[in-house]
Amino acid sequence: MATDVMIVDDSTAIRKILRRMLGQTGLTLGSVVEAGDGIEALEKLKQQPIDLILSDINMPNMDGIRLLIELKSRPESKHIPVIMITTEGSEAKVMEAIQLGASGYVKKPFTSDQIKEKLVDLI
Amino acid sequence: MMEQEQIVAAVRSSTLEVFSTMLSLEVTNGDPRTEVNAPGPSDGIIAVIGLAGAWVGTASLCCGAPMACRISSSMLGMEYTEVNEDVLDAISEIANMIFGNFKTTAETYLGPLGLSIPTVIYGLSFSARTAGKEKWIVVPFVCGDDTLELKVCLTPNRGLAHMPKH
Repeated sequence: MATDVMIVDDSTAIRKILRRMLGQTGLTLGSVVEAGDGIEALEKLKQQPIDLILSDINMPNMDGIRLLIELKSRPESKHIPVIMITTEGSEAKVMEAIQLGASGYVKKPFTSDQIKEKLVDLI
Repeated sequence: MMEQEQIVAAVRSSTLEVFSTMLSLEVTNGDPRTEVNAPGPSDGIIAVIGLAGAWVGTASLCCGAPMACRISSSMLGMEYTEVNEDVLDAISEIANMIFGNFKTTAETYLGPLGLSIPTVIYGLSFSARTAGKEKWIVVPFVCGDDTLELKVCLTPNRGLAHMPKH
């Protein structure tokens, strides 16, 4: 069964890269939905069920940590695996995300192989 | 305290990692130098990021439009021949990654640092300078016929000494 993925990042460049890399993984993916911040992500989740989320941590309006808290507090979304994407090698931020229920993290810069490695166990 | 050689090494390491991983572009090291009143240039793109903690400062990525288009084309997998929103966004993100990684190394010398959201400026004839007489460390790179300069200015946060203790 195809996996529907959501990419949450305020950078259109990163969203484009991730979309391209997802296509290169060879995994059976369905639709790829994009959101520019946590608020837009939650809005789009109301419109379409998503199987997996890749989310930046540092974003305006609603950052990735707040989005994670929202997702894990809602019965309809708490089961969705979330992989955090971080620019900073901040152990504290990453540990906070993992403790809040993130399924893993990827540090920028990343390769399509690293993205695939994170996804393969979750789909 | 982070010595000039350590800053140069950290910028080089971070830049080479980002270029090889995200862009598949080969860059070679130029000769580092120091400047006062950086950043330049008069034509092209500057991405500026603030650093704040016990030490404060600014980091910038400077390049011409052809280099910005080259970076964006490699990053986004499509040909860019002129600077547009995609190119500005790509340069912003590259600067964010390079200086995000630099920050991680710098924190081992300077303690915790915050990183601002990048500001990207593009123009054909402009002048940009920093107020004050702080020394900037300029780390140049060559990529084919194009050049790229990463600049860092760090100074002790004098304001911390005046903050009330709780």
